[in-house]
Amino acid sequence: METYTLEIILIAVVAAAACALPGVFLVLRRSAMLADAISHTVLLGIVLGFFLTGDLSSPFLVLGAAAVGVLTALLTALLERTQLVKNDAAVGLIFPALFSVAIILISRYAGDVHLDTDVVLLGELAFAPFDRFAPFGVDLGPRGLYVMGGILLINLAFIGLFYKELKLSTFDVGLAAVLGFAPAVVHYMLMSLVSITLVGAFDIVGSVLVVALMVAPAASAYLLVNRLPAMLALSTGLGALSALTGYLLAFLLDASIAGSIATMAGLIFLVSLLFAPEQGVVAQLRRRARQRWEFAALMLNAHLLNHEGSREAEQENRASHLTDHLRWSPEFASQVITYAQRSGLIAVEGDHLRLTPAGRQRTLKHYPSSGTLEGT
Amino acid sequence: MNLQDLFTALFFDYTLRTVALGSAVLGAVSGALGAFAVLRRQSLMGDAISHAALPGVVLAFLISGSKDILALGAGALFTAWLGTMAMVYIRRRTRIKEDTSLGLVLSVFFGVGMVLLTFTQRLPNAHQAGLDRFLFGQAAALLERDVVYMAVFGGGALLLLALLWKEFKLVSFDPEFATGLGLPVRALDVLLTTLLAVAIVLGLQAVGVVLMSAMVVAPAAAARQWTDRLGSMVLLSALFGAISGVAGTLVSSLAAGLSTGPTIVLVASFIVLLSILFAPARGLVPAALRRRAQASGALSQG
Repeated sequence: METYTLEIILIAVVAAAACALPGVFLVLRRSAMLADAISHTVLLGIVLGFFLTGDLSSPFLVLGAAAVGVLTALLTALLERTQLVKNDAAVGLIFPALFSVAIILISRYAGDVHLDTDVVLLGELAFAPFDRFAPFGVDLGPRGLYVMGGILLINLAFIGLFYKELKLSTFDVGLAAVLGFAPAVVHYMLMSLVSITLVGAFDIVGSVLVVALMVAPAASAYLLVNRLPAMLALSTGLGALSALTGYLLAFLLDASIAGSIATMAGLIFLVSLLFAPEQGVVAQLRRRARQRWEFAALMLNAHLLNHEGSREAEQENRASHLTDHLRWSPEFASQVITYAQRSGLIAVEGDHLRLTPAGRQRTLKHYPSSGTLEGT
Repeated sequence: MNLQDLFTALFFDYTLRTVALGSAVLGAVSGALGAFAVLRRQSLMGDAISHAALPGVVLAFLISGSKDILALGAGALFTAWLGTMAMVYIRRRTRIKEDTSLGLVLSVFFGVGMVLLTFTQRLPNAHQAGLDRFLFGQAAALLERDVVYMAVFGGGALLLLALLWKEFKLVSFDPEFATGLGLPVRALDVLLTTLLAVAIVLGLQAVGVVLMSAMVVAPAAAARQWTDRLGSMVLLSALFGAISGVAGTLVSSLAAGLSTGPTIVLVASFIVLLSILFAPARGLVPAALRRRAQASGALSQG
């Protein structure tokens, strides 16, 4: 039993890593929903492959599924090119149609085989260790581990080999095309990769979880870092973390493993959303608050600079006057004064406010013309 | 079964009549509201909303212990709405793009739904059987009561759409101008998306989580080909939706193994195909014919 647990965790972690890599490019290229679409339509490839070979474990099923995955991307692009429907509608039209065909084929002609739509959608990681890879009767471990490990290697190799092409066509399609990097070819290669990953993963972890593993870690990484290599590494790491903690959650709650992993991937995203250093909600709120004070202090400085050295300076540049002049409430005015004083922008002498040299310089940098108008 | 028998059955077979009526209502409501979604480039929102409804269905069942359609529907609407708000928030406040926010909400909410679903399977009374019909839909299981609810809530949604027609139109086509006029654009935006969520929740039972999004996109995309006016597009989309519902139900009753949901979706997809090919002004075939006529006209003149 112990080894089974270990094997499940290992399969989950490898699957998560395999999904996270292409996921980064999907998220950056705004094609995340294409992954969702393909995750459904690969079912059609599997069904057709099954009808042709009559064998549910035939490698042709994987090929058929990958082919239908690419076909999905092709048909979507073709429909979009008619300019009669927008991109999002094209995705939303193609995949339900292909998926419906698959379901009807299954329920009509394959009712007596083990090709259950529930399993395809939901997957059952808990059963993965029972499917062994045992050539010549030697048990070498669960088949799923080899499948996902192989896919992980393929993904790593593809990204390693075509890193430059992928990067350029992701961030600047026009330049990629001009330089002869054939962004369309790169796009369909990426889609084949996504399809293969989806096919390999989905009878182990289910198609919806595959989408979670592709999108959520990459989205979290996108919030946390700014560079592509960092994003690839982090998203792989976060994917693996989702798998680990997800398994733990499933164990604690005695619940669906795939669902728990998706839940944890979502939780990790939520934490990133809240606490990411630059992009996070908390950081944004703090930045906005700081900007508010900075702006108010700058306004105060500009006011002081305007009247500095003039006859009415004695009257104008007083703390008690700010409520009149800038229409600030007394408490806000005193908060701004404290902030500006603490930042070294002004000096406070009793009720009188005076610009420090640093404050004068800063104000002049922001408002080069201030101080000259009233000074003359 | 020939055509006449089919129509006789449609009027006199209680089950078939109920199912066809339910599918028609569902098609009409999701068609009308889907028109707005498609025009606002939110076609895939339906997919995300329907997946996000799953945890709500299960949660409502866990709390209420019943499969009462009102309770389940309320639960579904709650999490669907929550998911929608999460998407809107992520899109507005972060650099994450729309499609990622959709995929994220869709898969994570669905995952939470699956976790909750495993809780129901441990309940002693095995009462949970049938919850999974929300996944793929089971139009054949629609009861007259369900259809009445669908008509009441769907009708309510459509009534609201009609009452706020001008506002929704403006918000959809020119949100800046709407803001300038002092309309509460955000609130109208949320309301319109909520109505879409209502339509989707109504359809879940019949068509299921996975295919419901097609009922939002397909009738609207077809209707768009025939007209350039919002009013006629919404009406036509509702009509296409209703036709898909009834025709899909009838076709699926003809043979064993033709599940209702997928059949309805295929009928709707077929209508899209016909529209894209043959709609007079925008269709591909008329356009090709016009180009050919122009070319030969230029030749004979030249």
